[in-house]
Amino acid sequence: MTKDECKKLVIDIIADIAPDEDLSGVKPEVRLRDQLQLDSMDFLDIVMELRKRYGIEVPEADYMQLASLDSCAEYLTPKFQAKV
Amino acid sequence: MELSRIVITGLGLTAPNGNNLAEFRRNLLQGVSGITMVDVRYMGRWPAGMCTFDPLRYQRKKDVRIGTRAGSISIYCAREALADSGIDLARRDLSRIGVFLGITEHGNVETENEVYNISQFKYDTKFWTHHHNPRTVANSPAGEVSLNLGTTGPAYTIGAACAAGNMGLIHAAQMLRLREVDFAFGGGVSESPQTFGIFAGFKSQNALASHADPTKASRPFDKARNGIVISEGGCIYTLERLEDAQARGAKIYGELAGYCVNSDATDYVLPNPERQAECVRRALANAGMTVDDIDIVNTHATSTPQGDIQECQAIAAVFRDRREPAAINNTKSFIGHAMGAAGALELAGNLPSFDDLVVHPTINVDDLDPQCDIPGLVLNRPRAIKRVDAILNNSFGMLGINSTLIIKRFPAHPTHP
Repeated sequence: MTKDECKKLVIDIIADIAPDEDLSGVKPEVRLRDQLQLDSMDFLDIVMELRKRYGIEVPEADYMQLASLDSCAEYLTPKFQAKV
Repeated sequence: MELSRIVITGLGLTAPNGNNLAEFRRNLLQGVSGITMVDVRYMGRWPAGMCTFDPLRYQRKKDVRIGTRAGSISIYCAREALADSGIDLARRDLSRIGVFLGITEHGNVETENEVYNISQFKYDTKFWTHHHNPRTVANSPAGEVSLNLGTTGPAYTIGAACAAGNMGLIHAAQMLRLREVDFAFGGGVSESPQTFGIFAGFKSQNALASHADPTKASRPFDKARNGIVISEGGCIYTLERLEDAQARGAKIYGELAGYCVNSDATDYVLPNPERQAECVRRALANAGMTVDDIDIVNTHATSTPQGDIQECQAIAAVFRDRREPAAINNTKSFIGHAMGAAGALELAGNLPSFDDLVVHPTINVDDLDPQCDIPGLVLNRPRAIKRVDAILNNSFGMLGINSTLIIKRFPAHPTHP
């Protein structure tokens, strides 16, 4: 699992959580909430989908790690790798 | 105290055989059922009534995902009603607009879905969605409408089992008369076919309809009827005080003439024809009418062996002194039992009779049950009649709740005020 592959998985989840959004131009370094219409409930959905699809747990204290695609990749890639 | 006169100035609906009034009415006059076979979780295929409206006409995909089916039905109907009324929300005080929706139940669908969801994860509740509570609170369908429209007046549901559709209109009228609101959405909604529990409950009660041809499954008054066909649907009206509607030159479908809501206080599920008859009589008194003033009686009959007979007994008892029989019909024979939407939808199917003087029939009556054979039944074919000045609409529900609503022509016929 590379960081780019990790970002792709996160984008796939966001596509289901926010189906009206155009995700083609998402900037990986910019906070997701600053470029997409995502609220706190949506982030809970992202956490739930990571749990359901990949068995990855994100404790509440770490939610800020999901702020941008880059920070998602930094935080989640080792978790994905640990699953292999 | 002089009560304000309340009129219907718009309506939106979705039924298993129509997504607007014109389509619905056409199919009621042409004998077109909307019942199909559907897959019911754990139970196989059963006849049911499903709607085909497009939720994305008025909602974002995300709102459809987060909300409920009942919410989507409510939003579709409310938006259609709003457009039909000609009201521009941008020019209204949004805090003076109310949303009052009758429901038979709400939350079964969403709860069953989550139980099924966590069953895929060994019933670990950490997989239970955080959307569960907002989806299942009882005010959810009305709340979704207020979110969608941006109205900030009262918006809530009225839980009244299968009497609820009428109750939405009745409560809207009461709130207008109390001047709590200046414009009201009132009606009823149902998402019940999405829950296996309602099918299983009726089946265990020996009250779930079965038939090889789903379009023949709902057959009130027929000897071979064997139970209820469960349907989804919605019908929401816009209601206003007469003077407000006239001041803006609104189209008026009809005037709320009178109503009654009462309770049997006799059984959890079995109806009580004596209390049903009392409900009809009190509605007539409330309207200042006699049985001779009623031209169409739309029955609640759900196609159960006992319930249909009891309602027919109640109607026969009330209308026995009428000189000429009123026309009596049933809309569930086309669309099944739309639960919380039933009363509101069934009234809508009859409102065009004020204009075309035609009564839609009860279909699927191949062999009339002699115990349901009361004067005035309109069976299998529409009937033209000379006068349609008042429509009486019955809706009854479990725990013994009864509602009767009477709508009269507006303006009144000059020879029949």
